[in-house]
Amino acid sequence: MRYDFLTRKRLMTLGSLLAIMLITWGAALLTRFDAGQGLSAIPAALSWGIENFYPDEKAWRRLPGIMDKLLDTVLLAVASTTVAAMAALVCAVGGSRTMRLNRWFGLISRGMASIFRNIDIAAWAIILLFSFGQSALTGYFALLFASFGFLTRAFMEAIDEMSSSAVEALRATGAGYITIVCRCVIPSCAPQLVSWMLFMMETNIRSATLIGILTGTGIGFAFDVYYKGMNYHAASLVVIVIAAAILLIEAGSNVIRSMILRG
Amino acid sequence: MKPVLLELTNVSKSYGRGAPALSGINIAARQGEFISIIGPSGAGKSTLLRCINRIIESAQGQIRFDQVMMGSLSRRELRKARTKIGMIFQHYNLVDRLSALENVLHGRLGYKNVLAGALGLYSQEEKRKAYELLCSLGLQEHVHKRCDQLSGGQKQRVGIARALIQEPKLLLCDEPIASLDPGSSKVIMDHLRSISSRLGITVLVNLHQVDVALKYSDRIIGVNRGQIVFNGAPSLLTHDAIHHIYGSEAGELMMELGGKNAV
Repeated sequence: MRYDFLTRKRLMTLGSLLAIMLITWGAALLTRFDAGQGLSAIPAALSWGIENFYPDEKAWRRLPGIMDKLLDTVLLAVASTTVAAMAALVCAVGGSRTMRLNRWFGLISRGMASIFRNIDIAAWAIILLFSFGQSALTGYFALLFASFGFLTRAFMEAIDEMSSSAVEALRATGAGYITIVCRCVIPSCAPQLVSWMLFMMETNIRSATLIGILTGTGIGFAFDVYYKGMNYHAASLVVIVIAAAILLIEAGSNVIRSMILRG
Repeated sequence: MKPVLLELTNVSKSYGRGAPALSGINIAARQGEFISIIGPSGAGKSTLLRCINRIIESAQGQIRFDQVMMGSLSRRELRKARTKIGMIFQHYNLVDRLSALENVLHGRLGYKNVLAGALGLYSQEEKRKAYELLCSLGLQEHVHKRCDQLSGGQKQRVGIARALIQEPKLLLCDEPIASLDPGSSKVIMDHLRSISSRLGITVLVNLHQVDVALKYSDRIIGVNRGQIVFNGAPSLLTHDAIHHIYGSEAGELMMELGGKNAV
């Protein structure tokens, strides 16, 4: 009996493995993808990259312009994240189990959070392109909506994880709703709230770069223009600048995070 | 005889279907009286205390506190009534990330309007009072310490200070010493006793320790299955009465009572 069970399990594993291999093979056949050809192209791609994809002197002269574009993108991300965080905080507090205003507010804010969160930033950008055209506003609103959805959910969970005992104590002293939120809920989960906001900001700087290609703004667009104009030296400089900026911001937010956790 | 401060008439409460948590509770508490409420776990002691300040809404019955019918109050009036009722909890219910002083000042939030409450604007007088209270409870070295760095006994003293700064007429203590070691328990009970005799504040304490109740109380109320089964001076609490309050659990209880029983 026991032997049968193990054999069956092994057969199941083998069957699934075969199925996966079949699907892969079928997909490759349909799309005429040749794995061997793909792998053998890597050395050539590498040598091309080394020959062309580095900033030369002419590209370095474009640095001030590129930095301007980078600043645009970073500010766009920061502006959308902070505004989204404020709106998300209101919805999260009112919709959380601990501080729930009423059943409807809870349901509505949870529903809104999941709709805004589950539509991808790129999808938002495409939808908003119709209304705002190729402008920074499109990118701003796309980031704002997606971050609002994500942050509402994250904040709500942070608030519900917090123990509600101090809320009960403040209620017993006769404190009002807004007072309890400001003096008890926010101080209790401030580290989590700030941590989520910083995380969102980092993510948004990366996303803003890609959104910029769609909306024709910021550093993403600069990359697009140089790359399509076959100015690979300048395009490589853009990539280096983006990478440096992201690492710098990550380091900065780590410092802030540890300061808040200690303080 | 001091005037009656708190009067419960026929108070009942049930959660969902099932047996009621409280049924037909009648209690009258005089100004400055120290009353212990004893009874097995789940007898409805915590529910009883929370019905008084309407942290839990009682289903039926009347609660008169300080000439006011608690059941008929609007939200604003209820907040005002709550400022006159201090509450102390088993798990202290402090905001752990804030300092002892800030937690004590939370006791004043019931008196504030939305703006002053949300921003935490306290007068010089209030801050001085908070500091004095902490000193009088022997916490002068911990005034600016964060509450998560304090021991259980110290946290409970912060909780007492938070209740006292409300300038209450009534103190509700929900198992204030259930999480404390014997030494700290004695300190806390001594403080509560002196609050009632020195400041003339009525104190209602839920207790698990019969010997403590016998030692400190003016009156003991025994609760079992949501009903008052004993109400009288500690000297009247006989073995039979304890049996009656605790039912089948009384066997183990006698160990705790030791030589100090009141027969």
